[in-house]
Amino acid sequence: MPVAVTPEARQRGQWQMALERFRGHRPAVIGTFVLVVLALLAIGAPLISPYDPEKTQLLLIFERPSLSHPMGTDSLGRDLATRILYGGRVSLSIGVMAVAVAITLGTLVGMVAGFYGRWIDGLLMRFVDMMLSFPDLFLLILIGVLLKGMTVPVIVVVLGLLRWMRTSRLVRAQFLSLKEREFVEAARTVGADDLRIIFRHILPNSLAPIIVAATLGVAGAIITESTLSFLGLGIQPPTPTWGNMLKDATRDMERAPWTAIYPGLFIFLAVVSINFIGDGLRDALDPRHVIRTQRR
Amino acid sequence: MRRLIGAVPLLLAITAVLFGIMKSVPGGPLAIYEGTPGMTDEDMARLEHAFGLDQPLPIQYVSWLGRFLAGDWGYSIIQHQPVLGLIGERLPNTMLLMGTVFTVVLVLAIPIGTVTAVRQYSWFDHLVTGSTFAFLSTPTFWLGLLLIIVFGLQLRWLPLGGMRTAGVDFDLVDVLRHLILPVATIALVQLGGRVRYLRASMLDTIGQDYMRTARAKGLDERVVVMGHALKNAAIPLVTIIALDVPELFAGALVTEQIFGWPGMGRLLWDATTRNDYPILMGVLAVTSVLIVFANLLADVIYGYLDPRIRYS
Repeated sequence: MPVAVTPEARQRGQWQMALERFRGHRPAVIGTFVLVVLALLAIGAPLISPYDPEKTQLLLIFERPSLSHPMGTDSLGRDLATRILYGGRVSLSIGVMAVAVAITLGTLVGMVAGFYGRWIDGLLMRFVDMMLSFPDLFLLILIGVLLKGMTVPVIVVVLGLLRWMRTSRLVRAQFLSLKEREFVEAARTVGADDLRIIFRHILPNSLAPIIVAATLGVAGAIITESTLSFLGLGIQPPTPTWGNMLKDATRDMERAPWTAIYPGLFIFLAVVSINFIGDGLRDALDPRHVIRTQRR
Repeated sequence: MRRLIGAVPLLLAITAVLFGIMKSVPGGPLAIYEGTPGMTDEDMARLEHAFGLDQPLPIQYVSWLGRFLAGDWGYSIIQHQPVLGLIGERLPNTMLLMGTVFTVVLVLAIPIGTVTAVRQYSWFDHLVTGSTFAFLSTPTFWLGLLLIIVFGLQLRWLPLGGMRTAGVDFDLVDVLRHLILPVATIALVQLGGRVRYLRASMLDTIGQDYMRTARAKGLDERVVVMGHALKNAAIPLVTIIALDVPELFAGALVTEQIFGWPGMGRLLWDATTRNDYPILMGVLAVTSVLIVFANLLADVIYGYLDPRIRYS
């Protein structure tokens, strides 16, 4: 009798080991901490701040940072710190949701291309090449102009539709190599159909690079959203996002440099943290990668 | 040559998609005339006919493409000047900006990347690795704003924007002073990626067998690093740089916006906000062509540098 190792037990072992490696990566742990704090601040914004993020206070225009307004106020007398907290809700959730769309789409395309190969693969990969040679910021600008700014769902879908290509290449490469392996053949021998092989056997084994790509993708999506909103083509005021707050700052920075410094600082903190987490995940999920870089 | 021909369908597809998007703009190019006193429906129809806007879409596209290839890029709807001329005015400015960025990044990235790899885990390596990570995570436009605040508004060392001081005749030093901040903005972000890439690629190369052979032959360490390692490690850099040309354009777009640099980015920007679609098409077509050719060029240079690669 073979030793009874349930797939769940084996999997838990694998993920547990990854978690341990992740804990050993100090920048990633700090990044996780900072990101969790940012997310909690954004979620708890109404509890933390006594101010309204959109109500104008004409007597409080351009107050310097002080105890009652730790990051000062903007050109309409709104508390900057409050707007940053509320802006974090929009910016962070757009980043996560856009990547969810992109990863889903990229994984589906990569799965089909890698598993079925032949002309489907050729066709899909040519399409990917074409999409990749498009400067996507230009397309985003066109769409932004066309729609006169974007709402959260629109920006999520558009970013998702423009950012799936790299994932699909990753997934395709994984599928191409994994489908030739013995365990796939074994599964086929016992009568598993294509769907079962794809979702039950190959996909779980290609999760590591997908997770890493997704993490780094969130950082990219946050930067793109803020760039678009900065240009005035993304989320429209008075709803604050980190990007559109900086748009006003270009006009006000001579009088009130804090309006230009703080929103960007939060974009930076979020993106740096996510990039560190991505780095840590790569090391944790792909031990071979670490061994390769440490050898010498 | 065969690869050159291979790029043609790609370019056609890109222009067709751009054309499709442009045509679906609500309002369209004649929207500014709507509601103008004295404009009747017949006038609108006559204008539509005069601009060829009443034809079926594929015909409009083909005729646009034909005129485009012949060098007739139409007239700006707002500025009433030939598109080709307007683009020709702006392209050198963007090229100046991007060319300077390109040179600065290469000149800095190669030595920094080499030293960090050779002295891995030294204080210099840690410093560079940390700061490249930071710059990679900084949004370009925020970096630009910070540089303006520090060097333009607080220290007053450098001009806030534009390409030359108003009312002053052309003066090289003046233009260079205006170049510093926008170039620094794009270059710092770009440099991060390049240095990290070159460092990783150098580390990979240093571990190769032929490096040991070179040392075993008794070659000077400097020759080993510069002659053998760097040469091989820098090859993939060519591809990476070419693949990032779209990013460079995007960076230029945002930076031109912040610093008021009169380049293609500004032109595109003004055109988008005013539905000036001949200009839009022109700018996008020029950038697409440049991007596709940058990729082609990278392929060719890559094959030349690394004889193991053969295109069949």
